[in-house]
Order: sequence, then C-alpha cells, then structure tokens
Amino acid sequence: MIPAVDLQEIAHVYVTDRGASLAVEGIQLQVHPGEFISLVGPSGCGKTTILSMIAGLLKPAKGTVKVHGQTVKGPSPEVGYMLQQDYLFPWLTIMNNAWIGLELTGRLHAESRKFARDLLEEMGLGDSGSLYPHQLSGGMRQRAALVRTLAPDPSLLLLDEPFSALDYQTKLQLEDLIVKTLKDRHKTAVLVTHDLSEAIAMSDRVVLLDRNPGRIHQVFEVPDRIRAAQPFFAREEAGFNELFRKIWKEMEIIGGKE
Amino acid sequence: MMAKPGQQEEIHDNQQSLWLQNIYAIHLKEKRKHSRLVLLVQCMLLFLFFAVWELAGRLRWIDVLLFSYPTKIFAYLGDQLFTSELWKHIGVTVGETAVGFLMGTLTGTLLAVLIWWLPFLSKVLDPFMVVFNSMPKVALGPIFIVMFGGGFTAIVATTLSITVIVTTLVVYNSFSEVDPNYVKVIRTFGGNKAQIFRSVILPASFPAIVSTLKVNVGMAWVGVIVGEFLVAKSGLGYLIMYGFQVFNFTLVLSSLFIIAIVATAMYQMVVFIEKKLLLNR
Repeated sequence: MIPAVDLQEIAHVYVTDRGASLAVEGIQLQVHPGEFISLVGPSGCGKTTILSMIAGLLKPAKGTVKVHGQTVKGPSPEVGYMLQQDYLFPWLTIMNNAWIGLELTGRLHAESRKFARDLLEEMGLGDSGSLYPHQLSGGMRQRAALVRTLAPDPSLLLLDEPFSALDYQTKLQLEDLIVKTLKDRHKTAVLVTHDLSEAIAMSDRVVLLDRNPGRIHQVFEVPDRIRAAQPFFAREEAGFNELFRKIWKEMEIIGGKE
Repeated sequence: MMAKPGQQEEIHDNQQSLWLQNIYAIHLKEKRKHSRLVLLVQCMLLFLFFAVWELAGRLRWIDVLLFSYPTKIFAYLGDQLFTSELWKHIGVTVGETAVGFLMGTLTGTLLAVLIWWLPFLSKVLDPFMVVFNSMPKVALGPIFIVMFGGGFTAIVATTLSITVIVTTLVVYNSFSEVDPNYVKVIRTFGGNKAQIFRSVILPASFPAIVSTLKVNVGMAWVGVIVGEFLVAKSGLGYLIMYGFQVFNFTLVLSSLFIIAIVATAMYQMVVFIEKKLLLNR
C-alpha cells in the first residue's frame, strides 16, 4: 500500500544572518491512508516546519517528501492546510470564503459550489453563508475555515494547532466534529498540537519530537478502544491516563536535556 | 379575574420590552441633544469670528487694506459670482486639482504595486525614495516650468511631485503589513503571486489606499496653488498672486474663501466615496 505521506530522511535548515541551523534532521515517517497522526513536542522541535514541507510550502534541504507516492514540489489541491486561527478574509462572505480554494484552483463550478454549500450545512453553518466573518463566533469561524479547507476535497489534511485560539468548550466540540468528518470521508490527517490529551484523544498514533534539532523521539500507538471512541469520551477510556503519563514522562526527559 | 400564568408571562415580557425601548429612546434623545449643542457652538464660533473681524475692520483696529473685512469680501464675491471670469478661475483650479489628485493617487499606487512585486527593486529604490520624500518638492517648480512651459502641465507636474511618493510609501507600507497568514491561506491552495495580490494584498490594503485619497486631496490643493503662484495666468492661485501684486487683499481673501469651500466640498466627496467603498468592513 502506498503511504499517504512518506517522509524519507528529511532535514531542514534555517538560514539567518547569524548563521545556518538545523531545524529538523533525519525525519523518517509514514502515514497510512485514512490514518490520523499527531505531532507533539516542545516548542522549537520543528512540528510546523514538517507540516509546511508536507504542504509544499517549504522545500526540505535534504530528503524527499512524498504524498500518495508523488514527490511534493509545491502546494497541491490534494493537501488541505488549516492554520492556528481561521484567517477568513473579512471582506468576503462566509460562502465566498468557503469557495476561495476552488476559485484559486480554477474549479469553481455548479457542482463544487453545491459541495461546499452542503459542507457548510453539515457544519451547522447553513444559514451563515451570506454573513461576514466578524458576525460569527470563534468556533463558527473555525468551522467555516474547515469548510474552506475541505471544499477542494483534499485527501490529506494538515492541521496546525487549529484549536489553540478557541475556548475549552468550543475546542472539545470541534475536536469531535473534525474527527467525525475526517473518518466519514476517509481522509488522512496530520495534527500538530501542544495539547497532549488532544493528541491522544484524536489520533491513531502520536509522534513525539525531540528538539535542537527536531528529531523523532518516539512513536506511540493509541489503543483501539481510545481510537474508536469520540475524542470527548476517549478521555474517559481505560488506558488513556496511562498513555498520557507515559508520553508525559518522555516529554520531561526531552525537556530536562537543556 | 386572575390572568393565566402564560398571560402573566406575556405581560411581563411586554413590560420589559417597553422598559428597554424607553431606555433606548432616552439614549437617542440625549445623543441628538448633544450633537445639536456641538453644532450650535460651532455656528456661534464661526459667527463670532466674522463679527469680531467685521468690527475690527470697521473700527480700524486692523489695517483694512491688509485684512479687509467680511462684508467687503462678501460684497465683492456677490459682484463677481455672476461674472464668467471668476467661474473660469474656479474651473481651471478645480480641473488641475482633480487631475493632479487622481493621477497622483493612481501613479503612486501603481508604483507601490511594482515595488511590492519586485522586492529587489524596492530595496534598490528605497534610499532614493527617502531622499525625494524628504525634499521640499515645490522647489522643483521652476524646473517643471522650464520643462513643460507655464501652464496646466507644469502645475499638474508640481502636484504629482508632491503626491506620488507619499502615496507610494503609504500604500506599499500597508501592502507589507498584511498578515502573512492570509498569504499563507492562498499559498496552501497553490495560489501564485498574481492571485495573492488580487485576493489578499489589494483587498486588505483597500482602507489604506482610500485613506491616502483623503491625504492627497489636501496635497493636491497645495501643489496646484503653489504651481499657480509660480506660473499661471488663470486659476485661484493666480488670483491670490494678482491680488497681492495690486495690493487688493479683498481679492486675496475672497479667493482663499472660495478655496476653503471648494476644498471642503472635494474632501467631503472623498469621504462619501470612502463610505460607499468600505461598506461591510
């Protein structure tokens, strides 16, 4: 089976006026189609860098990035990217915001319009299409951003801390919604997060990264029972706390290295 | 007779909404009263200014030859208003200002687009723009007269020299201050530079561009009047210069009065356009 994401010996270098430094090194990772994985680790471990390379926004200094067996050369409609905040364009209506990806890739036609409109409906934003972003709450806006990302129907979703700007209740609701939406559509997802319990609750595997330079420290399999449960209830499943503590201990070891 | 519980609730709701409406009505009333008061004081100040001026002139506290006084100016304007001569001068100046203003804003914005598109060019041009911007551009006036002759073109050139670079700096600055995450949104969809410009940079900078319109109205008037001082044979700037030379200060002040009115009208027009353009923001 061709992996959805295949990172082969990736390294990335940040060059500034003060010198060149390794951001990430020796990253070797496969994500299977339909799998949900999380990247966690201390700040400066290169989580977002890895995501940007998969998205084709950054070129790796070494190694190759493949998505569905194809070497990534730049952004493609196959890959959707969700940012930390919604970044909906304030001068466009929600509907036009949702269509922007289709417009940019030249695929805005009656069928794709309807697809995006149905997605809005599904996310509980059916009545909000003609409103402007400032008229919506934070959670609604992030849901609209999810629709924008899903509208070109990407098979792979990159989620860059998409819940970090939301209040706790909204965050939990959105976690459930995203996992359900992605599982229903058999999408592959890579989530970057600071929140360890969110990572365990949402994903199939948790990848812990070390820092300076960013390396894969350890990969944790999430038990089936936790995977099968909705993120909200996954936190109450047996084994959740054990896994949380296990990863936490490893994080402390990494943190203690400074 | 006892009201049913449902009815009681309804009555309560009604009372509450009446109460809220009442508070809102009082708020509106207070606000209207306040803005009426502001307007009243403004009118009084204006009236007071003219009254003191008039009195000072008539009682010879100030030199009437230099400062004239309001009734004299209005009488003069009243006479002139029906001659085609004055309207010709107004027409010439307004035409020059409008052309200078529009061309200045357009050229400045296009220049900003160019240096946004070519970051290399922006780095190369940066010191030149800073030098040119800090220079008193009206000093270029004599050169424009030699280049274009004493007329419309030289005056518009003077105006452009004042407006273009400021517009470029302000608009380019707002281009570069657009949140890079909005650009990232477009890039993740594979958008190219033209698409980034059209979908993010331009709409996000729209308010800044419109606000340079307001600044440029004032700038264009400075450019035109100075240009007319230097070269013109017609226009309000010419009238001021002529009045000064024949020591007719009633003419000078009348021209200033007209400039104040026309410039305000033009500014209000831009404010109106701004409101129309920035609807929904």
